[in-house]
Amino acid sequence: MIEIKGLTKQFNKKTVVDDVSVSIQPGTITSFIGPNGAGKSTLLSMVSRLLDADTGEVLLDKNNVKKWKSTEFAKRVSILRQANFLNVRLTVRELVSFGRYPYSKGRLTAEDNKFVEQAMEYMNLMDMQDQFLDELSGGQKQRAFIAMVIAQDTDYILLDEPLNNLDMKHSVQIMKILRKLVNELGRTVVIVLHDINFASVYSDNIVALKDGKLVKNGPTNEIINPEALREIYDMDIPVQEQNGCRICVYFNSQTP
Amino acid sequence: MRNRTKIIFLFILAVISILLYGFYDIKGGFDYAFPRRMIRVAAMIITGVAISYATVVFQTITQNRILTPSVMGIGSMYEVVQTVIYFFAGSMSIWIINKYLNFGVALVAMVIFALLLYRFLFRADKYPIFLLLLIGMIIGTLLGSLVSFMQVLIDPVEYLGLQSLLFASFSKVKAELLYIAMGIVLLSLIYGSFIMKKLDVMSLGRENAINLGINYDRLVMNILILSSVLIATSTALVGSITFFGLIVANLSYQFFSTYRHSILIIGASLFSITALVGGQFIVEHILELRTTISVIINFVGGIYFIYLLLRESRSTA
Ligand SMILES: Nc1ncnc2c1ncn2[C@@H]1O[C@H](COP(=O)(O)OP(=O)(O)O)[C@@H](O)[C@H]1O
Ligand SMILES: [Mg+2]
Repeated sequence: MIEIKGLTKQFNKKTVVDDVSVSIQPGTITSFIGPNGAGKSTLLSMVSRLLDADTGEVLLDKNNVKKWKSTEFAKRVSILRQANFLNVRLTVRELVSFGRYPYSKGRLTAEDNKFVEQAMEYMNLMDMQDQFLDELSGGQKQRAFIAMVIAQDTDYILLDEPLNNLDMKHSVQIMKILRKLVNELGRTVVIVLHDINFASVYSDNIVALKDGKLVKNGPTNEIINPEALREIYDMDIPVQEQNGCRICVYFNSQTP
Repeated sequence: MRNRTKIIFLFILAVISILLYGFYDIKGGFDYAFPRRMIRVAAMIITGVAISYATVVFQTITQNRILTPSVMGIGSMYEVVQTVIYFFAGSMSIWIINKYLNFGVALVAMVIFALLLYRFLFRADKYPIFLLLLIGMIIGTLLGSLVSFMQVLIDPVEYLGLQSLLFASFSKVKAELLYIAMGIVLLSLIYGSFIMKKLDVMSLGRENAINLGINYDRLVMNILILSSVLIATSTALVGSITFFGLIVANLSYQFFSTYRHSILIIGASLFSITALVGGQFIVEHILELRTTISVIINFVGGIYFIYLLLRESRSTA
């Protein structure tokens, strides 16, 4: 279980994450939502040790993440950041193989290769596995990065706006794969989503941030309603039921 | 497999240039000339490996392919240290007479300089590469001016001694440092065999490296120390060749186009050995010592550097 306790972070005297405490339920998809600049990426960076918190702590299985051995932590928690830029030229397969590094230390076994291939298959990358990443579209590249964290085979998968650059078909496909990882393999997914409808339809819990503060935290059906959404986004968002899914209709051509 | 063929090709090229340099026109006296030539070859191999290795690992942790330890002024720290010693302690002091102590001091100063440089310039990629380059140039000029200023004030007789210390070159190898240099490079390579795969992961950038379980801050610290020790070693042995690392590292990136550091470093080292030994052959036998190889390398390297800069500015524009 990941527990975030009183986490605070300032950049240049500006508080970007403000005393946030939340526990991530194992075996669920938890969506982080909130306006741009709410502090979602910063929070995720602190959970995954990319950034040190000013105060507060993050516990993985009751132990502070900073106390974990780097390699052991990398076998339990993986993160995909919002922007991914590489200085080296890699093929899809080479990138995905890097996901096995915590286990293989660079020498891939047959089992490692099995994980790599499975991850590529999940992400529909098999027929472009030998292409270089810089020859792919933004969405294809994004899928290769997601495949890398899937190959990393961790209990916790943290994804920061992974649907950026992706078309509808692949966005839906990825959310379905994440559901499968949770339902069938018992993984825990924490995902920052831009589109609240993906959060509404595919996640179990929603954590909403605004100006660095936690404003809502609970099961999806308690968050996806006009009252809660107004608190988060300062917008009136009607919610409609469609085939058992709650859809937020935030498009509005009538009012300015 | 193709990269292996390329390595074998480069290896053969290096061996050919060593044989050529060792045996060409050796009529005078084999027993006299050959050992002397081999000392120079040894110095060139050590220097070539040290500079290639230092440059490639430095560029990996700083995530760029233009800045090198030498370009950032780490090599000039050697001159600064020697000048400061001459200025304050004089040529008869233990700091000069004991070669190992002298080398040790220079080494420590360069490592500290490299760590400070990294701490203030490279952490958290705050600055764009061109600004870093500018800062590097300014630091280099500043150190250069400081050195000249002190040298003007030094007693002329002392100054001659300092000059002979600083003007090491492949024709005037500091042979007394050869064994310690060999030892340092060997130890560095042994350490390197443990971190090659980690370096591959490091080339994905800080965040991916941490995600994959690399103890990032500690590894960066170790590599900075490693690369400044290697640069210190080669500078003490044969003087500083600012643009050499830049050329061989980039040749290796282009020739091999791989992320694997074992290949990149071996490749760059073989390029280095061929260039140095072959270059020295040309300097000694064709140009008849009218110039030094460092001058040629810095001339060619400077042009290549400008080319890389132009290419970089076009790709970021
Ligand atoms: N490295 C940084 N230095 C200074 N300010 C930062 C840094 N990273 C993020 N911020 C600021 O922190 C705030 C929250 O950023 P972020 O966590 O990326 O928000 P979100 O992911 O929710 O859009 C923003 O105002 C951003 O400008
Ligand atoms: Mg963000």
